Amino acid sequence: MNTAITILADGVAYASWLFIVALGLTLVFGVLKILNVAHGSFYAVGAYAAATFVAWFAAWGFAPWLSLVALLLGSVAVAALLAPLTERGLLRVFYGRDEVLLVLVTYALFLVLEDVMKLVWGVNPYFVTAPYALFGNVQIGGQSYVGYDLALVVVAIVCGLGVWWGLNRTRTGKVVLAVIHSAEIAASMGVNVGRVYTFAFMFGIFLAALGGALTAPMISVQPGVGVAVVIVSFAVVIIGGLGSIEGAAIGALIVGLARSLAVHTWPPAELFSIYVAMAVVLIFRPEGLFQRVKTRRI
Amino acid sequence: MRRAAALGLMVLAALLAGGLLAPKWLLFLIAMSAANGLVSLGIVLMMRGGVVSFGQGLVFAGGGYAAALLSNKLGVSDALLLAGAGGAAAVLLAAPFAPLLARYRGIFFAMLTLALSMVLYGVLMKSEGLGGSDGFNMRRPTLLGFSPSDAWSGYALYALVVTIAVALAVAARVYFDSARGLVALAIRENELRVEYLGASVRRVMALDFVFAAFLGGVGGALAVMALGHIEPQFSYWTTSGEFVFVSILAGHHSVAAVFAASLVLELVRSFSSAYFPNTWQLALGLFLLIVIRFLPQGLGSLFAKLASRAP
Amino acid sequence: MKSVALAVSLLFAASASAQETFKLGIVSFLSGPAAESFGVPAVNGAKVVLDAFNKGQAPAPYNKAGFGGMRVEPVFVDENGGATKQVQELRNLYDREKVDAVLGYVGSGDCLAVAPAAEEMKKFLILYDCGTPRIFEDGQYKYVFRTASHAVMDNVALARYLKARGIKFSTVNYINQDYAWGHDSRSDFKAATSQLFPGVKHQADLLPKFGAGQYGTEISALLSQPADLTHSSLWGGDLQAFILQAGPRDLFKKTQVVLSAADHVLPGLGERMPDGVILGARGAYGLMSPKTPLNDWWWKLYSDAYKVYPVQAPYRMVQSLLGLKLAVEKAMAANGGKKPTGEQIAAALKGSEWESPAGRIRMALGDGHQAIQDTAIGRTKYDPAKKMVTLVDIQRFNAECVNPPAGVKGEDWIKGGFKGAKCD
Repeated sequence: MNTAITILADGVAYASWLFIVALGLTLVFGVLKILNVAHGSFYAVGAYAAATFVAWFAAWGFAPWLSLVALLLGSVAVAALLAPLTERGLLRVFYGRDEVLLVLVTYALFLVLEDVMKLVWGVNPYFVTAPYALFGNVQIGGQSYVGYDLALVVVAIVCGLGVWWGLNRTRTGKVVLAVIHSAEIAASMGVNVGRVYTFAFMFGIFLAALGGALTAPMISVQPGVGVAVVIVSFAVVIIGGLGSIEGAAIGALIVGLARSLAVHTWPPAELFSIYVAMAVVLIFRPEGLFQRVKTRRI
Repeated sequence: MRRAAALGLMVLAALLAGGLLAPKWLLFLIAMSAANGLVSLGIVLMMRGGVVSFGQGLVFAGGGYAAALLSNKLGVSDALLLAGAGGAAAVLLAAPFAPLLARYRGIFFAMLTLALSMVLYGVLMKSEGLGGSDGFNMRRPTLLGFSPSDAWSGYALYALVVTIAVALAVAARVYFDSARGLVALAIRENELRVEYLGASVRRVMALDFVFAAFLGGVGGALAVMALGHIEPQFSYWTTSGEFVFVSILAGHHSVAAVFAASLVLELVRSFSSAYFPNTWQLALGLFLLIVIRFLPQGLGSLFAKLASRAP
Repeated sequence: MKSVALAVSLLFAASASAQETFKLGIVSFLSGPAAESFGVPAVNGAKVVLDAFNKGQAPAPYNKAGFGGMRVEPVFVDENGGATKQVQELRNLYDREKVDAVLGYVGSGDCLAVAPAAEEMKKFLILYDCGTPRIFEDGQYKYVFRTASHAVMDNVALARYLKARGIKFSTVNYINQDYAWGHDSRSDFKAATSQLFPGVKHQADLLPKFGAGQYGTEISALLSQPADLTHSSLWGGDLQAFILQAGPRDLFKKTQVVLSAADHVLPGLGERMPDGVILGARGAYGLMSPKTPLNDWWWKLYSDAYKVYPVQAPYRMVQSLLGLKLAVEKAMAANGGKKPTGEQIAAALKGSEWESPAGRIRMALGDGHQAIQDTAIGRTKYDPAKKMVTLVDIQRFNAECVNPPAGVKGEDWIKGGFKGAKCD
């Protein structure tokens, strides 16, 4: 029984982390139709920014719990500085071109950001462990879990609900939904599509950076932290359906639970589980599990 | 057809002659870019039908591993045989997926091909018998019974790769200009109308996928022979991404542009490494961005414009 | 008259100092996950040592300026980007940059790819870091050398340490990265402990993806079937993440963790590194290095330049450079003082021995192309006064105890009960 609880707890904890990280990716695709390969890089920048902000807060003598605020501020800073620059300065130039071309643009951006991060922060690792100890330990199913990891579950739920509520219950959100369904029609109805794009991209980047910032306390922040995140986020959003919030949540849960099951019962399956899941979903339900009905244009 | 063949022969002669004068590192670089160019040619072939494959690594690795295993385990050493076997193995690997993939377009085609190539990556990483993540080495191949001496082996390999590449390039050009090849362009424009006009879109797409697999497999086999080493990285998504970049850089109009683009990428990568050892990724990324920005239709459009200006 | 003599002597002086340079290609990770733990420290070590060489400031017998009077000019290349790129870069180094020798390679896959390429080009190559024993067990080379022990030593020493210290255990869990290094480390340790501790049960065999960074699930799996011993060859960012995530969950209290190559994370982790972890450094490096004048010189040289003590990566680099320097000078003595060819350096390096900051390096395996060296294993203990992690209970193992004898494959040697091992 305990094993089952452990598998569930591990699956949900990992899924929450995945969801926070992948949510931004699915949003950016949903609105701008761009599959952002540099998502991992923004995640990494978020982690580095978190390291910097937490260090500043500590130097200014703030209380330890304020380090959480530092993490948040770091992500906001990243989004505020990098997102407009990237969207207006770079991506805007390529709108209207082939989807896959934009993927390549973001791949080039990923390469650029890898070295920019190295130039700004160097190669030495940064440790941001102050927030990790804030929530103590929690016993679940006979195992001691770090409270912070479980707090992430709460954060994931808050993010998911927040984004859903923002999209479906606010005016701005409905405008964004309109742009998601058809940018052309929305523009002809008077929506400033360019501004919606910028805003959506900024929010997506904020979420990516937040993912990185929240992960920073449990890893050593150094070159290469963003690379593994890219493929795992891709798998989650593909499985759930590109552009769907609910899809990202379900996708994250599927990947998280599948991985947890594999690690606890048959470890060799772990490497495959994600790619096979991705391939299976693509073969049988290519639009992901939450298909959006699309009209066929002739 | 005759024009393509004549052009091809001229280019081949020039490359073979020039190769005698070029330094060894350049010969190797050109050989690698020709082998990689074949893989990108496969992507261009599919691009003409409107889909971009992000998983050519699958057939690149498939062909490479097949050639390397044939050489090591079965003692097959003839280079032409190995190249052909690489192509055949890749076709066998890809054929079961062709009818499935023929139904996909856009980002889903790209993602499914990526997923398949990553599954192969996973399989190869786990196969201890194939060297796992380290891969394994391959002996130098022979050519039609000859085993070139150490001084000539570099040129011999270069000559082999370049000859096969030019031959397949000419074949590709002929196919592109043929009726079936032109249907692909029509599919890119508007599939539904092509169906109504009586052609089978699915059949063309599936066949193109198989042809692209053959090209990728031959490219993989040639790459393995040039490097003497194969590893699972051949099937990784970043490797596939580079092939896609070359195809986008080249555009889908000109076959020669594909090899030119492949060479340009290798040169840029090589010199970035030499002059910016600490920031070569930045240099490469900036180069990619500049190219995508200023050559919207790829290098091929430059060629086409030049050709159309002729009276 | 005096001015003419002055001019002539200046001309001679100028031509004497405008002598040949020895161009040395150095390849290691300058980007990517291995940069911080292995690549950049090694390159830093190379820079500071070559600078000392060129100024003739190294202690005897390394005190000739440069290599036998020739100024050493390094060319640095990033090892990141895959084995295919590395073969291309190797060719560029020899054919385009016209280097006289190449020294490099951390990744086993890269080593396996470049070794045959260098051999085919008949160019001199030293592999300074990669761990796979396969290079000289599966192949024979004339131009390729490895100036450090291969990875079999790491896990055999770890097993012998447990035996020597009388540490009792009956179950072992494994967590290693899912690639050749992780697989081989796990297999070596499993085989070694099966030999030295018959009846030991090998339980969980976890192989998380390289670079995963998130180990919550794996840690739960390790805790749900606890073992007396937990073995890992994790390194770099992955190891640091694992320690940060496993520490608060008391994994280190519930099991004895043994790490085969972990010394490089100690300076960065500091207080966060739990006490009592048994670890190796792939040689007598860093805090386990012997107290000799050469080591003192090297330690001061590196620490003064980089404000941190040298760990395994720069040690492996410096022992390689020292060996190369002696080989070049020996070859020059044999050929009348000219810059030696690759063949001449190879002939001089083959089967040679030299003193390094980590002890004596002997090219005893692989027909004189593969080095063996002593190693040491220790236990972590944080020293609050010095504000750094120190290593206690250090035990040294001489080279013949933990390396296979000539002509025997590492895997076979372990499974055959370490026949021919000379332990004191």
